[in-house]
Amino acid sequence: MFTRGLKRKCVGHEEDMEGALAGLKTVSSYSLQRQSLLDMSLVKLQLCHMLVEPNLCRSVLIANTVRQIQEEMTQDGTWRSVTPQEAGRAPLDRLVSTEILCRSAWEQEGARPAPGLGDGHVQGPVSDLCPVTSAQAPRHPQSGIWELDSPREDRGGFHKSLDQIFETLETKNPGCMEELFSDVDSPYYDLDTVLTGMVGGARPGPCEGLEGLAPATPGPSSSCKSDLGELDHVVEILVET
Amino acid sequence: MIPGIGTLTQDTLWCFSQVKGTIEIGTTEDVPCFPFAFCHDCKFPEACPDMQNSNVLPSGLLPSGQNKLGPWCSPTGSPAPLSCETGCGEGSWILVCRLLVPTQVSLLSMEEDIDTRKINNSFLRDHSYATEADIISTVEFNHTGELLATGDKGGRVVIFQREQESKNQIHRRGEYNVYSTFQSHEPEFDYLKSLEIEEKINKIRWLPQQNAAYFLLSTNDKTVKLWKVSERDKRPEGYNLKDEEGRLRDPATITTLRVPVLRPMDLMVEATPRRVFANAHTYHINSISVNSDYETYMSADDLRINLWNFEITNQSFNIVDIKPANMEELTEVITAAEFHPHHCNTFVYSSSKGTIRLCDMRASALCDRHTKFFEEPEDPSNRSFFSEIISSISDVKFSHSGRYIMTRDYLTVKVWDLNMENRPIETYQVHDYLRSKLCSLYENDCIFDKFECVWNGSDSVIMTGSYNNFFRMFDRNTKRDVTLEASRENSKPRAILKPRKVCVGGKRRKDEISVDSLDFSKKILHTAWHPSENIIAVAATNNLYIFQDKVN
Repeated sequence: MFTRGLKRKCVGHEEDMEGALAGLKTVSSYSLQRQSLLDMSLVKLQLCHMLVEPNLCRSVLIANTVRQIQEEMTQDGTWRSVTPQEAGRAPLDRLVSTEILCRSAWEQEGARPAPGLGDGHVQGPVSDLCPVTSAQAPRHPQSGIWELDSPREDRGGFHKSLDQIFETLETKNPGCMEELFSDVDSPYYDLDTVLTGMVGGARPGPCEGLEGLAPATPGPSSSCKSDLGELDHVVEILVET
Repeated sequence: MIPGIGTLTQDTLWCFSQVKGTIEIGTTEDVPCFPFAFCHDCKFPEACPDMQNSNVLPSGLLPSGQNKLGPWCSPTGSPAPLSCETGCGEGSWILVCRLLVPTQVSLLSMEEDIDTRKINNSFLRDHSYATEADIISTVEFNHTGELLATGDKGGRVVIFQREQESKNQIHRRGEYNVYSTFQSHEPEFDYLKSLEIEEKINKIRWLPQQNAAYFLLSTNDKTVKLWKVSERDKRPEGYNLKDEEGRLRDPATITTLRVPVLRPMDLMVEATPRRVFANAHTYHINSISVNSDYETYMSADDLRINLWNFEITNQSFNIVDIKPANMEELTEVITAAEFHPHHCNTFVYSSSKGTIRLCDMRASALCDRHTKFFEEPEDPSNRSFFSEIISSISDVKFSHSGRYIMTRDYLTVKVWDLNMENRPIETYQVHDYLRSKLCSLYENDCIFDKFECVWNGSDSVIMTGSYNNFFRMFDRNTKRDVTLEASRENSKPRAILKPRKVCVGGKRRKDEISVDSLDFSKKILHTAWHPSENIIAVAATNNLYIFQDKVN
């Protein structure tokens, strides 16, 4: 999933730096796990079975999880930009307390590829929307092994993952990719609109869908387009900030 | 003997009673396995429909040496009830008729609405036995325990009735036979949103019986229906204006008048929809609950709870609304709701954040402000990114006494005293060995499974389901618990269920099963306990198991 732009470790230096890196490794592996969890959650939010209305409870729980990670990454300073009110607010013990991230499960999974069940789950609905995206099925344990860099990479990695997800989509709106990076004012990737997008359905329905969508959305006419156009619509919701 | 906890000197022994449902592909047992029994010499081969149809089972499933198949015969070869014209012998089990009964062999079945659609696209098709429409989605005993209703993903409701205990069969406690089957909900399409509305029955609730007929509420995601199930064993004959076939008679040919009389007929059980309560929920209905005044009931979806009067279908009162003005701020949904068993003004609802709110409808018309708020403070040592998800309450149930409520979240069952809001009085670990697997369970979505929980009749034992077709019972008085399994391997008549154990780490003992071997696709989400006796119904995907305690 994260095959683009990865830095390879210089093999020779490992022994020298092992001691120094040991402390850094545990911290970064936690960041990697957190990153992977974030990506998995984003994928889950996007890949809803669109023939039947998505389960609102599930979407809310996943979105809350993403928000939680988002908050923590902000306090870490690993988020893309930090607004003044966030800086220096979080007590350190909060970071420590959230360190439990099923290490044993990850280590177990690191030894083998992502479970078939997870893959099947991902690929099924995806194939409805866009066959190419199946390549993005989470292989987080293995990708995690490669990415042992500074937190800066994580932040970039987040946008890379978004990028990864979107780049292969045939977008009818070429400006959509620029939108991803053009916005500098708003601090967060706005997950609220993701949730809203899920709540309202990718096809705008009556009030619920419309009130959740920001004005810049194309409007009900997009629901008349093909599935790909619908995905494009979802993309626009996601990048809306 | 107190139900649920046995005598003072021994525990309750649970034994298998019945199983109803489809067989899974790949079962390769050599012994006759329920529900199929392999006849050695079937006494009624000409009547057995599957003798003619050799496509029913692939030959691989037949034990070696057997090439005859008689699903209506009990393991010993004698005909079971609901077999053909002459069948009236004893069988210790019965298949679910709707799946297997062709229309011509249904004399003893009391259903009227045989679902031919189901017959056409289910069992009898090549090799596809367990269809997704058969997955049981709700189980509920009625208030006397005489009837047991199940709803499935295909929108069907099947009602079982306990047979009268006969004096010469003391050891066989009343077993449950199919009483009625009907299609409650059909799949619909919401044209405005271009989305399907599933026909899956989310909940069934019985009304207390007030006359000869039975009434129940059944609901899918959007619509609640009130069904009347009644028996008819007499029909009028001797009309003047129509003949026996119902054709109108020419009045000119009528020379005498007669009074129509009621003559006995074969018992017929018919289900009719008496009320349809539709178009009141934007989000998916997750709970319905009949009020103790028997005049009103409530239906709860993810964000709202509505109060209905049984007589009025075009209006409902909204009594809870947690939808934020800006949907972007949504962080919490309603997961379950129930009325107090005795106080018709009190109800509770649970949320995805692990909180329970008790509301009094006398306080205001809109019960957005709770009267009591139950929440347990979070344990900081157990905190993780999954804490909120596993704290989401999937079911809430009042005790029969009305003094306690029980809640089920992903890993535990908790009992709360209504008078203490800051923490539960009892917490039971259902499958704590999953705590270290939360990441994987999040990935395969199992962490979102909604398990239900039930009280026994005396509120002394609570039961809930788990994975691998395990279900757990906790005795509140002795603090002992047991894990049992609903599987066909243990399905011999009156076979005592052996307690199961999951081994967490280290050396696995002989009968234990390790956590990694658990089958997460076999989950028991729905169970029911008879209101006064030790009879439980356990839904395992598409099979319904009935267990009773051992009768000496």
